[in-house]
Amino acid sequence: MSVLDHKDKLQKLDEVIAANKGTRGAVMRTLQSAQDIFEHVPKDVQMYIAKGLDVTLSEVYGVATFYSQFALEPRGEYIIGVCMGTACYVKGSALILERIENELDVLPGQTTPDLKFTLKDTRCLGACGLAPVIMINEDVYGRLVPDDIPGILAKYKAM
Amino acid sequence: MNMINLTIDGIAVSVPAGTTILEAAKAAGIRIPTLCYLKDINEIGACRMCVVDAGGRALAAACVVPVSEGMNVKTNTPAVREARKVNLELILSNHDKKCLSCVRSTNCELQALCVEYGVEDENRYQGDITAHEIDEISPSIVRNNLKCVLCRRCVAVCSKVQNVGVIGPVYRGFKTSIECAWGESLADAPCINCGQCIAVCPTAALTEKDDTQKVFAALADPDKYVVVQTAPAVRAALGEEFGIPMGTSVTGKMVTALRRMHFDKVFDTDFAADLTIMEEATELVNRVKNGGVLPMITSCSPGWIKYCETYYPEFLPNLSTCKSPHEMEGALIKSYFAEKEGIDPAKIYVVSVMPCTAKKFECQRPEMGQGAMKDVDVVITTAELARMIKQSGIDFAALPDGDFDKLMGESTGAAVIFGATGGVMEAALRTAYEVITGKTLEDVNFTQVRGLGDCEVKEASLDLDGLKVNVAVAHSTGMASKLLDMVKSGEKDYTFIEVMGCPGGCVNGGGQPHVSPAEREKNDPRILRAKALYDEDAGKSIRKSHENPEIKQIYKDYLGEPNSHKAHELLHTTYTVREKYV
Repeated sequence: MSVLDHKDKLQKLDEVIAANKGTRGAVMRTLQSAQDIFEHVPKDVQMYIAKGLDVTLSEVYGVATFYSQFALEPRGEYIIGVCMGTACYVKGSALILERIENELDVLPGQTTPDLKFTLKDTRCLGACGLAPVIMINEDVYGRLVPDDIPGILAKYKAM
Repeated sequence: MNMINLTIDGIAVSVPAGTTILEAAKAAGIRIPTLCYLKDINEIGACRMCVVDAGGRALAAACVVPVSEGMNVKTNTPAVREARKVNLELILSNHDKKCLSCVRSTNCELQALCVEYGVEDENRYQGDITAHEIDEISPSIVRNNLKCVLCRRCVAVCSKVQNVGVIGPVYRGFKTSIECAWGESLADAPCINCGQCIAVCPTAALTEKDDTQKVFAALADPDKYVVVQTAPAVRAALGEEFGIPMGTSVTGKMVTALRRMHFDKVFDTDFAADLTIMEEATELVNRVKNGGVLPMITSCSPGWIKYCETYYPEFLPNLSTCKSPHEMEGALIKSYFAEKEGIDPAKIYVVSVMPCTAKKFECQRPEMGQGAMKDVDVVITTAELARMIKQSGIDFAALPDGDFDKLMGESTGAAVIFGATGGVMEAALRTAYEVITGKTLEDVNFTQVRGLGDCEVKEASLDLDGLKVNVAVAHSTGMASKLLDMVKSGEKDYTFIEVMGCPGGCVNGGGQPHVSPAEREKNDPRILRAKALYDEDAGKSIRKSHENPEIKQIYKDYLGEPNSHKAHELLHTTYTVREKYV
C-alpha cells in the first residue's frame, strides 16, 4: 500500500506539480506541499515528484534531506520537541529527554510504532525563562522535572 | 566591452567586467590554488583553497568573486597562506589519510596541495569522522566517501556535462555526503558507468573498479590461453603514466610491454574497428536503400548505449545493431581464432584494455557472449594497465617497439581514429562513400567532423555522388541529449549520427590516465591525444577499413559478407529498455 493510492491526495499533488513544473525552486515548493498532503515524503512520493517535474530523483532527495522540516518516514500524531538549547541544557533537559525516551521506548528522531509520538531533540525554542522546556505540537511545557513527564504524556495518549 | 582595472600582487591587470579574480590572476600569470574548481562546470567556492586578500573584511574565494574597479588583490600574504593551510588541515581532519595504499597517491590534488602548503601534521585537528560505506558494487566505479572532499565536481559533471545526475549532496553540514538518492549503489541507480566523475575527482573518492588481479591470476594460470586486445585510445594516453609527453602514441612499446607480461596473443581492437565499419556502413547503406529506421546512430560507446537505453529508449531502433569493436573481437577470438589455432574456446581468456569504465559493465551484459561464454572476460582501463606494467617491473619508456600478432592485428587509419570524437563517423564515411558510389575516395580526410566543435554538436552535409547525407556528431551524453531532442522535435533531420559518451570521445574516457583540471587548462588531453591518433592515421599506408587485408581475409574465410547470418550471430546485438527512475 503506497500513500499514492489515496486518489484525492494524489490529485492534489498533481495540481501542485502542474503549478510548479519548470519554475525556479519547484522542487522545494512541491516537496513542501507534498509533505502537507501526505504528512511525510517517502520514496514513492519523491519519485512521483521527480517524474512529474522532470528532474532527477537525486535532486529531489538532496533537497528533502537538506531541510530538517521534511520527514522521509511517517511521523507521529504528536511531535515532542525537547529543547537542548543552552539554558534548558543547564537546567537538566538531558534528564527530561532521557525520561521521555524511556517512557516511549524511542530515541530522538524515532516514532512510536502506534504512530502516536515522534521524539526530537531541538535547538533553542526561545522560551529560556521557562527552562527546561518541551513542546508537544503547539503546546509548551516549562520548568519541568523528569517526574512531570508521565502525566503529560498520559494526556496525549488518552486523546 | 566594459573593462575593469585592478592590481593583483602589484601587477596592473585589465579584464572584462564579470571576470573572477581567479581568471584575472591567470591572465596576469599568477597561479591561485584550487581544489573544487572546474572551469565552466563547477565554480562554486566550496573548498576555499583559492582565498585571497581582496581588501575586504574577510578573505575572498577567488573562483567566485568578480573583479571590481581599483581592486587591490594580494594572493600571497601570511594570512592567505595560513588560511589555505588551515583549510587543508581541516579537510584532513575528516579524511581517510591512507596515502601509502591509495591508488591516487602522487596523483592526488589534495596531497599535492598539502605538500605545497607545508602541512606538517596531518592530524592537527582531530574530531568526529563521518562514517561511510564504500560502494563497490558497480562493475565500473567505486565510490569511497572516506576520501571525499565534497568538492562536487563529480556532481557537476554528472548532471551538467552528461545530463545524468545520479549523484548529489545529501543531508547537510557535517553530515553532508555525495551519493545516490536513497543510499542506492551506483550499480542500481541509473548511472551510465562513463566514469567522467572519476576523471574529475581530485582524490580517490571515485576510482575505477580495479580488475588487475583477475588479469594477473589469468596470466599465472597454465590452463588459460590469455589474449589481450587494446582500444585505439589507449595508445594515445598510456605513455603519460611513464613520463612520456601527452599526445605521444606509444603503440609499439605497449605491444612489447604486453608481450613481456606473458599474454599469449596481443591483438589490436583496431582490427575490429575496421570490422565494425564494414558491418555498420553496410547496415547504414541497407537502411538508406530499404527504408529502414533513420537516423542510424553509432553503438560503439557503452556509456552512450546505457544512456540511450535509460533516458531515450524511443531511439533504440535507431541504434546500429553492431556490437562495440572489442566485443566483436572477443567473439571472433573465441570462434574464428580458436578454430584456426585449434584451441578450445573455453580455455581462452580475453582481456580488453580500454579507455573506458563503461566497457566493464558492457562485457557483463547478457547480450555479449554465446551462452555462458562471454565474448570478453575482463576489461581493464588504460590506468589499470599502467599499474600492471609498473608492478611487472617493466621500464616502459625504454622498451623497443613491437608489432601486434597476425590475424587480428592489422588495422587501417580509419580504425585508429575511432578513439576521437568524429572518428567513427569519418571512418564510416570513407567506406560508405566507396560502397555507395563505387568510386575511389581520393581525399579521405573529413575534417568537418573532427575536433571538439566548441563543445557543440558537429554537423556536415555530404554529397555522396548525388546522394545527400546529413550527419551529426555528439561527444558527451549531455550533448547527445540535446541532439536527440532536436531530432525528436523534427528541428533536425539526419541520416547518420555518431555519439561518443565522453567529451572529446574515447581519448578522454573515464579510464584514461588522470589529468588534473589545472593541467587540462594548459594541455587539453581531448586535443593532444586525438592529434596522436590523427597523426597515426595520416602515417598509415591503408586508411580505409575495407582495404584491410585481414578484414578481407576474415570475410573470405569465415564470415562470408558483411551483415551475413554468421556476422549477425557473432557481431551484432540487441538493446534493453532501462528504468530512469529506480
